[in-house]
Amino acid sequence: MRCCTRRSFMKAGALALLGVGSIPRFLVRTAYAQGTAVRPKVLIAVFQRGAVDGLSMIVPHGDPSYYSSRGSIAVARPAAGNSEATVDLDGLFGLHPALSPLKPLWDDRRLAIVHACGSPDTTRSHFDAQDYMESGTPGVKTTPDGWLARGLQATSVDGASPFRAVAMGTQLPRAFRGDIGAVAMGAVADFDVKQEMKGSTAGGVNARRGFESLYEQGVHDILHGTGRETFDAVKMLKAANPQRFPPEHGAQYPRGRLGDSLKQIAQLIKADVGLEVAFADVGGWDTHANQGNERGPLALRFAEFSQSLAALDRDLGERMRDVVVLTMSEFGRTVRENGNRGTDHGHATAMLVLGGPVKGGRVVGKWPGLAREQLYEGRDLAVTTDFRQLFAEVAERHLGVPSAAPLFPGFTTNPARHPGVLV
Amino acid sequence: MPSRAGSLCVMVLTGAVMAACSTAPVRSQASRPAPPPVASHVAAAPTRVSITLPPSSLTDDQRIIHVLNRLGYGPRPGDVERVKQMGLAAYMDRQLDPGRLPDERAEAAVQVFPAVALSITEVLRSYPEPDPKLLAKVQSGEMSQQELRQMAPLEKRPARVAAELQAVKLTRAVLSERQLQEVMVDFWFNHFNVDARKGAVKWMVADYERAAIRPHALGKFRDLLLATARHPAMLFYLDNWMSTRADLVVRAGPQRGRQMGLNENYAREIMELHTLGVDGGYTQQDVIDVARAFTGWSIEKPREQGTFVFRAAAHDQGEKHILGHVLLPGGGEADGVRVIDILSRHPSTAKFIATKLVRRFVSDDPPPALVERAARTFRDTDGDIRRVMVTIVSSPEFFSPEAYRAKIKTPLEIVASSVRALDGELAPPAGGPQQPGGGFALAQQVGKLGEPLYQQQPPTGYPDVAEAWVNTGALLNRMNFALGLTANRVPGVRVDLGRAVGAADHRRPERVLDVLLVSVLHGQATPETRSVLAAQLDNPEITRATADDRGPANTDVEKLAALVLGSPEFQRR
Repeated sequence: MRCCTRRSFMKAGALALLGVGSIPRFLVRTAYAQGTAVRPKVLIAVFQRGAVDGLSMIVPHGDPSYYSSRGSIAVARPAAGNSEATVDLDGLFGLHPALSPLKPLWDDRRLAIVHACGSPDTTRSHFDAQDYMESGTPGVKTTPDGWLARGLQATSVDGASPFRAVAMGTQLPRAFRGDIGAVAMGAVADFDVKQEMKGSTAGGVNARRGFESLYEQGVHDILHGTGRETFDAVKMLKAANPQRFPPEHGAQYPRGRLGDSLKQIAQLIKADVGLEVAFADVGGWDTHANQGNERGPLALRFAEFSQSLAALDRDLGERMRDVVVLTMSEFGRTVRENGNRGTDHGHATAMLVLGGPVKGGRVVGKWPGLAREQLYEGRDLAVTTDFRQLFAEVAERHLGVPSAAPLFPGFTTNPARHPGVLV
Repeated sequence: MPSRAGSLCVMVLTGAVMAACSTAPVRSQASRPAPPPVASHVAAAPTRVSITLPPSSLTDDQRIIHVLNRLGYGPRPGDVERVKQMGLAAYMDRQLDPGRLPDERAEAAVQVFPAVALSITEVLRSYPEPDPKLLAKVQSGEMSQQELRQMAPLEKRPARVAAELQAVKLTRAVLSERQLQEVMVDFWFNHFNVDARKGAVKWMVADYERAAIRPHALGKFRDLLLATARHPAMLFYLDNWMSTRADLVVRAGPQRGRQMGLNENYAREIMELHTLGVDGGYTQQDVIDVARAFTGWSIEKPREQGTFVFRAAAHDQGEKHILGHVLLPGGGEADGVRVIDILSRHPSTAKFIATKLVRRFVSDDPPPALVERAARTFRDTDGDIRRVMVTIVSSPEFFSPEAYRAKIKTPLEIVASSVRALDGELAPPAGGPQQPGGGFALAQQVGKLGEPLYQQQPPTGYPDVAEAWVNTGALLNRMNFALGLTANRVPGVRVDLGRAVGAADHRRPERVLDVLLVSVLHGQATPETRSVLAAQLDNPEITRATADDRGPANTDVEKLAALVLGSPEFQRR
């Protein structure tokens, strides 16, 4: 059981010294508002859970083996004037037509793609592969914390905001596990103790204060530590009131969980609550059957995915200067179509990097090819870029994590090996 | 066996084509295994077990509270005394033998949910998708949603089935005397997870729990594994119903000329998640051959009939090599049963299941020695789940101070145990969306706390460790649930706090608090919690004249009770 973290001791100690029990210690918002502090760089990690078919997302239409391997699920070759065909990017690769909302970002050089990216571990288990990608330690299950938590810990400063790390959802993702007090919220609006109800009489026990006192006691365990963080965060969010920021610049988020998540992440960014890393996940990629080609279930998932990302970019406008969005998925899918017009668990996939600091308009990473002899275990796209090289570049260059920090234990990385997705 | 591919119903487009199939599929006669236990609703009468309590440094009351929290969804008022009278060992014996426990109150309460008692075929008939023509009319604006609801009422649509199943789960968790049985059904459903939102599973999920999981929850693991393997919900959820031999080409019908083939999804998960565990010692080649063994295990018209069928023409008749065993050619339908036998008797399975059970019932960090003993019982009894449970819950580790209150409640557990602690009553659904009934409302709360029931998409099910459930947002939601419950704001759920605090003088807040601490936390509150709660009473607003009470000022019992339910102590079991 996790217990007695260094961070909660430090916080508790500081509180006792200052004797300010219930006053929020985080006034960063005011500092930003007055222009006295530098706005933090923001990373938004989007996890496509279920193993997205990278070969349908970023179509290698120029690879001679693509159309011969894929049969009915191949996405049509680029064709001028055909909006239902692959959107060509560079002669070899193209966007799935449902990803066309991202084409302007590509043209604007704010979208880079890392293809044939993935884990050196051979597992084809969703659970293990997601665990490895989030812990940042392929093949090692005992790693207690997540890579994003380690990155944030390495750049931690005293008095940091409780909203440095926010996951949209009711469960905290593995990548945030660790001593950073990451916040998980289903919705910004629900993040409070709802004590005064319609029609109820005023007065009585102040439930918020009562709960706060209960969790502020001296016991150091996972419940109390989390409880203390909860009330710090509640107070700060109340003051910052992110819900007063509607989507701007005509941004229209599609219906669905990812759109909702990104819309609220944008609100948190605009409210200057000190957000540094946001996490959102989106499922529905485990397309074992009838995945479709230009149209079909997978195309619908891509449409929601790309419209959500494009809306975020539009909504944040100028603020995208400080924002990088990184998409990831635990592995890719078989090169060959299976017996049910779908694909089974494979190896490498494609990851997207978009935002102001991105050196975009490029597909980076060595292309291993789709001919049978080029495939991993004779069936899957080979990994040529270890996901940790990509994650390390983003963490170090964008978030300023010192490269010496143990982001990925047992793995050495240096700038020369970064894929080069950031300016 | 001659292959008659021409009569094979091809299962693509998520079953839409099935309806068009006119010829009956080929059935294997020669290799038919023993009658499938799937249809059986009654488990074989178990051998009696009897618990011997180990020495423990816990007090008698603590041991009783521990058992009520671990073998069930927490104590109701009076439970501790009842168990004390009966004797703890006798109580545990009865829980381990639920078939002999009368349970009229819960059974009567679930009668109002008709969907969960039906077979899949009956569900398909009674809860059809609305006519696509009507939906098209709504889309084009020709018809309003309200008109659609009149022609296809919400309570007759497919989503109702899983909603009723959720309500039944909460109703039983709160009311059933067979508490351990309900915990085991939840455990095994989660172990053999299916997601009610995937395609035709919505019509199959209630039958899956009732017919495949429940009868075997304390039975033989092999029977449970086989029942899930053959059940249409699992066949659909993990795609096995569409998996065929690699070289199958459809000879007739609308899919003529289609090349079918193998689907590895179920084969991988039955080893990784259901039996051996990811490190259980299987290879990619094992995955492929297990998938080949299960080819032909399919569903007859998933959206019309939804029953198990073996399609001989789709089965791969070749030789298979699985974990060192050879399956000779021509095994047919029995190949899959062989795989079930091999997997259920593999030592990795004993260890994997023992570890998960110990994690659920004892500690997030399962004591290795206990896991080893439980795994040995599993091996020695050919996977007798009841015997494995006896090993676990009669162990010194189970009754150790380290295990006592060491588990953090899951959302289902916090919701059910809160209602039980206050002896809450659940109203039956009264028709219409305005009065959906207490079971539905509680299930919604469980979803809001992060555990939407029967809707976990990945096949891993929900995690069973504290880290997964404790975070800032989740804690807030728990506090808000406590506030809603004690204020009787959860629709269809009624708690009578007046009764709960009994004879305590409402004008004396500290008396009210003491009663709550005893009845809800059973005196397990830390001195700090006691003093924090007492400090709340110093607030001059704590005694107030309520609108409906012209008498002397009353303690704000609702909020005090909410604070107790939302306290760190009550989050543990």
